[in-house]
Amino acid sequence: MRCWLENLSGGRKMKFGEFGGRFVPEVLIPPLEELEKAYDRFKDDEEFKARLEYYLKSYAGRPTPLYFAENLSRELGVKIYLKREDLLHGGAHKINNTIGQALLAKFMGKKRVIAETGAGQHGVATAMAAALLGLEAEIYMGAEDYERQKMNVFRMELLGAKVTAVESGSRTLKDAINEALRDWVESFEHTHYLIGSVVGPHPFPTIVRDFQAVIGKEARRQIIEAEGGMPDAIIACVGGGSNAMGIFHPFLNDDVRLIGVEAGGEGIESGRHSASLTAGSKGVLHGMLSYFLQDEEGMMLDTHSVSAGLDYPGVGPEHAYLKETGRCEYVTVNDEEALRAFKTLSKLEGIIPALESAHAIAYAMKMAEEMQRDDVLVVNLSGRGDKDMDIVRRRLA
Amino acid sequence: MIDRSLIVFFTACYPTAEKTVEFMLTAAESGADVIELGVPFSDPVADGKTIQESYVRALRNFRVERVFEIAKAFRAESDKPLVLMSYYNPIYRRGVESFVEKAYSSGIDAMLVVDLPYDEAGDFVEVCSRTGMKNVFLAAPNTPEDRLRAMDELSAFVYLVSTYGVTGERDRISPLAFEALKRAKGICRKPVAVGFGVSKADHVRQLISAGADGVVVGSAFVRLINEKGERATEDIRALTENLRSGLV
Repeated sequence: MRCWLENLSGGRKMKFGEFGGRFVPEVLIPPLEELEKAYDRFKDDEEFKARLEYYLKSYAGRPTPLYFAENLSRELGVKIYLKREDLLHGGAHKINNTIGQALLAKFMGKKRVIAETGAGQHGVATAMAAALLGLEAEIYMGAEDYERQKMNVFRMELLGAKVTAVESGSRTLKDAINEALRDWVESFEHTHYLIGSVVGPHPFPTIVRDFQAVIGKEARRQIIEAEGGMPDAIIACVGGGSNAMGIFHPFLNDDVRLIGVEAGGEGIESGRHSASLTAGSKGVLHGMLSYFLQDEEGMMLDTHSVSAGLDYPGVGPEHAYLKETGRCEYVTVNDEEALRAFKTLSKLEGIIPALESAHAIAYAMKMAEEMQRDDVLVVNLSGRGDKDMDIVRRRLA
Repeated sequence: MIDRSLIVFFTACYPTAEKTVEFMLTAAESGADVIELGVPFSDPVADGKTIQESYVRALRNFRVERVFEIAKAFRAESDKPLVLMSYYNPIYRRGVESFVEKAYSSGIDAMLVVDLPYDEAGDFVEVCSRTGMKNVFLAAPNTPEDRLRAMDELSAFVYLVSTYGVTGERDRISPLAFEALKRAKGICRKPVAVGFGVSKADHVRQLISAGADGVVVGSAFVRLINEKGERATEDIRALTENLRSGLV
């Protein structure tokens, strides 16, 4: 017994402090190990790197600008830069990860990719990457989201993907992940699970972070060029946390505040929100130990946010670790504040942000009140707001 | 703990705690050798539609405490081994030590945690061995030999998943299951039970004659309860007796 117990530490490399890990049914251990080995091999492979760089540049539209938002800056009395991920193909940062993982799937010899999607952004980005690389794609979408986001379902189908509505559980994003995992248990021999955020069992949080870190690498170079040094803070919204992790990671060793903004929904006290780091507790779901919104019995709670992309009861394990170590700060912005920021940015800069990104803008606006005139904030504008027209029109009516 | 055994699964608190006890006792009286009691969970990734449906309904009015009450009530009437099946989060949420101690003192003999592979189970295994609780680990047809040996070492018996897939009734046992069983029997020193997709007397007969030390039937029983609710008792008795006939 003793000798086995000593080997039961879960392997340090799979974890961020105590968070992360590989809490999955045994059948998924071999495919996760296969993926880890393949990723370790191809991430340094010259051909892989060259093709990834080529697609990111000529297909997705990288590098994205770091735009000095002069009108907003004048209004708020601080310098605000926007990292324009909204200008990417598909309208959001999601494509950075889907091209990377779809290419990885291709190099691994997989024929098919599956993915979960909430509002449809990751599903659309997956369908695009799959079409580009000649992979079959099936997207799982909670039945409730499927109804609410009919236009994105149509887009995915147009791109050649099969979209499957998930009727189980709360019929939203977390249930779509459950169903994708169930598919993968059957199909892993020829299928790659193209997970959409820095969540899931090891090695997914690391892989997605690495593919999204291109945001922060560019932003770091760009802000040094523009300002000659580090900004005072970098602000990004956090659902699962991929755009935030992508921009934060290259700055972890710099002297800069890193602030993740969670969806406060109708207010933390209302219980209708998606702020797992701010108001959740430690738990295990979707293969990882992290923070979750759960009840006393360990059952996951329904979440709420005006932005579907933040509507998830958990968060990536590396964010949980960065919160515990104190390196990153996590705050909340509620629906109303996000909607106000949505309007402000549209009017002042002629840029309609995604509702998710509007949370980060809203927090920058709040912070600006207590900052000095020459202080510099970088906000990750993770996506554009075209997808949110219907919901915003209804809310503002 | 098992030897040519029929292991029957029920969802706890489904449709009620009292009925769960009645169903468990009915199965135990009519030929089940081991009872497996499942803790309902909001996100059961290893389960197919039948068990998912039972979990959704069981969770409408659920407390983990009731699972222990069910175990106690069963233990008061039956000596048959009782295995608790759970996802890890309800255990983690309550606290591993508190959960395992309470389960053990309620008469549960072993615990099987679907999404806790042995190499994440350090604390859990330690608490179990201190408490006296036995472990059952799940193996799959693609589990490498070194992992299979490790879980064999830690388990009262090894629960072999018959196929690549989730729980649920299937028409036939896949050829993969027989290959995997043969391999597992060659590696494991502990008994090996086969589950997932086992639902008929014929399946039981085939697996036992292929060398399985036990078979687990879950969805076939849960489906009866999905269909008949509180009135499923006699169907449960009939199904247990029918499956039992596969063991002769």
